[in-house]
Amino acid sequence: MHKDLYGNGPAALVCKPGHCLFSLMEQQELIPHLFRTEFRKITAVLCKLFGMEHIEIAEDIASDTFLSAVETWSFKGLPANPTAWLYAVAKNKAKNYCSHHAVFTQKVAGQVQAVTTVEEIQVDLSEENITDSQLQMLFAICHPAIAVEAQIGLSLRILCGFGIDEIAGAFLTNKETINKRLFRAKEKLRAERIPIEFPPPAAINKRLETVLTTLYLLFSEGYYSESQDTVLRKDLCIEAMRLTYLLIENGQTNLPQVNALMSLMCFHASRFEARMNKQGEAVLYHEQDEQLWNHDLITQGTYFFNQASTGASISKYHIEAGIAYWHTIKADTKEKWESILQLYNQLLQLEYSPIAALNRTYALSKANSKQEAIAEAEKLQLTDNHFYYTLLGELYKGIDNQKAKNNYQKALGLAKTRTDRHTIQKQIDQLV
Amino acid sequence: MNDFLFIFRTDYGAMPTGTPEEAQAATKKWMDWVAGIAAQNKLVDRGNRLKTTGAVLRPNNIITNGPYTEIKESIGGYTMVRASSLEEATELAKGCPILQMGGNVEIREVNPL
Repeated sequence: MHKDLYGNGPAALVCKPGHCLFSLMEQQELIPHLFRTEFRKITAVLCKLFGMEHIEIAEDIASDTFLSAVETWSFKGLPANPTAWLYAVAKNKAKNYCSHHAVFTQKVAGQVQAVTTVEEIQVDLSEENITDSQLQMLFAICHPAIAVEAQIGLSLRILCGFGIDEIAGAFLTNKETINKRLFRAKEKLRAERIPIEFPPPAAINKRLETVLTTLYLLFSEGYYSESQDTVLRKDLCIEAMRLTYLLIENGQTNLPQVNALMSLMCFHASRFEARMNKQGEAVLYHEQDEQLWNHDLITQGTYFFNQASTGASISKYHIEAGIAYWHTIKADTKEKWESILQLYNQLLQLEYSPIAALNRTYALSKANSKQEAIAEAEKLQLTDNHFYYTLLGELYKGIDNQKAKNNYQKALGLAKTRTDRHTIQKQIDQLV
Repeated sequence: MNDFLFIFRTDYGAMPTGTPEEAQAATKKWMDWVAGIAAQNKLVDRGNRLKTTGAVLRPNNIITNGPYTEIKESIGGYTMVRASSLEEATELAKGCPILQMGGNVEIREVNPL
């Protein structure tokens, strides 16, 4: 597992005696790493302190801190404790900003309890306040009033410290679009006067629904993204897992559905290395090399799944984690597919989605029969979905190869990405 | 798209009391059938089975005890689906496991208030 998932302790970055003269190369790697781990912490703490209407000031001060680091460190060399250095500089910059902007300070001081003068504004970058601020920001950003797409963008920027370039890369769009999207989202946060606070106990379950949906989509964005940038996609998954873990670490949000989501992410992430070959082509599940599956992640997924198995209600994350669990067992047994089929049956009754309908029909072919699955598949009529025709192609294979081929051809016509077209073409070639 | 209610009727007396395995197989048939409707995004409410106990209230506070399960066609459960016509709803009802147990499905369009 990525070392960042559990707490990304800055201790690992503190120079050991005698190792303080980092080479330029190390410095070049260290700054982006620190940016990724520390930018979001400084931003969250400052946002919490200043309030959501000053989110840009918080971001600017955090960015400015890193700019100073690049300038100073390349000139003077690395400080003994780079993280502490960043925090000290961020604190000073925040104080300077306040003393130079009296109007702003008065506004902020009015909000911060018992603070009346600039000197009294304390920037608390303790581990505890960082965690609290990040959690509260997570609830503020994942607010039902904000569009889901904007929630994901803001989460990536504010909570994960992604650059605009990276966010654009993940969404396969340009910087301008992302900037606009983030700008509108921040406007909305201000307009709705969304407070940066932990929801009251009675509201946690309801508010968690939106938070979990966003984290689920953030993970899916990384897992299923059409972006060719594997490192970036993996980072997205790791960040979604880190934020989910933040909820698990907090007593009030360490709830069954959160553990179920974490479990689901671990099980899926375990196949990350096996899903793509060296040429960057997708490797289908049944063709994957089991040796490449990450067994530590499977073990952790099982742990969180057990943690999720308390309480009376079953969320869609529980069901999906169950399906993902069965996929960590490679052997094609009757029991496996019958279990997967019944889980999909349950999932569809809880919440319809075309992909669940298609996957359920595939499981039906494995658990019952191809003939039964074909009859059910023909009823779905998801005629604008290339996965629909891919499924029909797969089901007709060995039963009516001409029909299989026709369906694959239709899938090929609908598929949008190079990877998908390549995968479908391979199926057609195998039929001839 | 309109909502349609499926009312399942069967002769309770004639229902076999099977082994746990048979009960499980019966549950699977129901689950596979209902999920097949859900997979077409046409399930509104899976509904429920009904217990055999019950009562009927008549005018003048006359309460008669159930169950009415001795009669050939007593209501055993219900499900709500979504369809564009009675024909389509009837098509969805085909494959209902109750048909293999000598029962029937009554299909009624909901008339919203």
